[in-house]
Amino acid sequence: MSLAGKRILIAKPGLDGHDVGAKVIALALRDAGAEVIYTGLRKAPDFIANVAVEEDVDAVGLSILSGSHLELVAETVRQLRALDGGGIPLFVGGTIPADDQAALKDAGVRGIFTADMKIDDVVAAIDAVLAR
Amino acid sequence: MSSSAYGGDGPADVSAAPAMPSSMTPSGIEIPQVATADMVRNDPGRPGEYPFTRGIFPNGYRGRLWTIRQYSGFGSAEETNQRYRFLLARGQTGLSVALDLPTQCGYDPIDAMARSEVGKVGVSVATLADMETLFDGIDLAGISTSFTINGTAPMIYAMYLAAADKKGVPRESLTGTIQNDILKEYVARGTWIFPVRPSLRLIADCILFSNDATPRFNPISIAGAHVRDAGSTAVEEMGFTLANGLAYVDEMLRRGGDINRFAKRLSFFFYVHMDFFEEICKFRAGRRVWAKLLHDRYGVTDPKALMFRFGVVCGGSSLTAAQPYNNIVRVGIENMAAVFGGAQSIFTCAYDEAYQIPTEFSAETALRTQQVVAYESGISKTVDPLGGSYYVEYLTDQMDHEITKVIGEIETYGGAEKAIEDGYLQSRIARRALERKLQTDAGERVVVGQNYFRREDEGASDFGEVFKLDAKAAGQTIDRFNEVRAARDGAAVAESLHRLSEAALRDDDNLIPYMIDCAHAYVSIGEMVGALKNHWGEFQEPVGL
Repeated sequence: MSLAGKRILIAKPGLDGHDVGAKVIALALRDAGAEVIYTGLRKAPDFIANVAVEEDVDAVGLSILSGSHLELVAETVRQLRALDGGGIPLFVGGTIPADDQAALKDAGVRGIFTADMKIDDVVAAIDAVLAR
Repeated sequence: MSSSAYGGDGPADVSAAPAMPSSMTPSGIEIPQVATADMVRNDPGRPGEYPFTRGIFPNGYRGRLWTIRQYSGFGSAEETNQRYRFLLARGQTGLSVALDLPTQCGYDPIDAMARSEVGKVGVSVATLADMETLFDGIDLAGISTSFTINGTAPMIYAMYLAAADKKGVPRESLTGTIQNDILKEYVARGTWIFPVRPSLRLIADCILFSNDATPRFNPISIAGAHVRDAGSTAVEEMGFTLANGLAYVDEMLRRGGDINRFAKRLSFFFYVHMDFFEEICKFRAGRRVWAKLLHDRYGVTDPKALMFRFGVVCGGSSLTAAQPYNNIVRVGIENMAAVFGGAQSIFTCAYDEAYQIPTEFSAETALRTQQVVAYESGISKTVDPLGGSYYVEYLTDQMDHEITKVIGEIETYGGAEKAIEDGYLQSRIARRALERKLQTDAGERVVVGQNYFRREDEGASDFGEVFKLDAKAAGQTIDRFNEVRAARDGAAVAESLHRLSEAALRDDDNLIPYMIDCAHAYVSIGEMVGALKNHWGEFQEPVGL
């Protein structure tokens, strides 16, 4: 893995308190060499976009298990673009029904990860996008 | 893909049978090939007798079956009321209210923070009007109701009492539970609002008020379930929970509570996952450890105050999105473990619950699972039928030892309160969750249909019917909220909120009566929380990994 030197923001938008997935991915990305910033719970999309741009991160990962992914992702994309951060690759993990995946990709999401995927595959997918 | 960062590539052939399972339980306790009499250290005694290893009642489920209580709630109060009537008509014996995240975190449905979350993972209850609709046509004196509510537990409890007042139901006849366990919210579930100190005060307020006003109601359900589902082992689940329980006992004693009285109304809540015997013995051991702690450390003498009463949820992260119908079998096995463990109430997850709000069909199947276990299997006809089994008593002793060790570790750290404020428990669980995930990825832990026995032709998960939330429900909830606010008596709102706010500044004042007054005046949950936030601020989450 070549995540050494990469800065990745892992964020929990909305009110969802399920943070195991976010923390597990954060630890795995750190083990793979990345510098990981974790926001903690209950952050608004504009806060997340601000941190992403201020910290000059290479990628943002949103973790959402509350069913509000369509709205929260759209808002985060809007806020990132407003801060000229539209080019930062955005990933989403959590409880994401198959039916919603196309809409998220259309909104600009570069990778969607669910609980049944292997950690190594998630890390490799992020690595592949960042290596481009 | 390229070589793994962790060195494991998982099972090469996913259709292959796994190797013989490990000779350790998931918590790391050695499993003997054959258990023998000499491995049993403790005499399990008799059910209904201290330290209650074999159960808290001498007649077990013969006296009273466990409460069949399915967690349910979504969309508007009207829709959820319909689902409750559906479940009650099919033989459910208690209600369990799932509340949406704005309600749990203390935001009104019109708050910017609530946007896109109203009615999503539970029902919205913002004012007494929603509570009245939720229980429309349901006899509050005839049914026990459990609320999975923590940060805003005092406000929801106050609204429930106000709803009973308006129906003319005497408060002392109410039975049910508010979860009201904030410590584990900081560790795993995340719906905290205030810092730890004022949060503990609110919990003590609830317990002290409830002991007098609603003596048959459980004002707290100290929960390990969420810590477990977040990745802890069964031993840690019980150990962390009993450590939190001790923190509440200490807080109640600081407030001048009588332990022989308030300990009778402490209840507990856990997950049941798939390792059958470890789950059974977790409960047998937990019952014994708790009774001994209260007896030896606090000198509790009333046998009822030593009884460890608990509810369970079967399913959670032991369920899979792949091959979802396998989940019915998993939940059936977990349901039996809960019965062998002596649970007082049981919630069985629906087979699609790993993924969506259950449909009526999946919810009914989950309910039927409990009815089959209760009325067909015969396992509830004698008390603790596994008592005296060499293996079960050996494993109970081992769990007892390991659980006691975990409690000791937390106390050595400085107690549950400090371990949580520092983020020590949070980090420990995150590491454990990664470990468990990597074991599954590497095929060391078998999950049928997910890492073994997969069907490669399986596309998107097939749940049959898909539950769709009524897209208009959130809008209706917001409209209704605005109507309620417009119609209420503004002077009564201002007066009751002012009194609540003033009382919050007096540490020895109990806030629950002020909240009941607020509820009667249709003060909203966001307004009550806002008044207290002005004094106390919010919890600052430790975000170190």
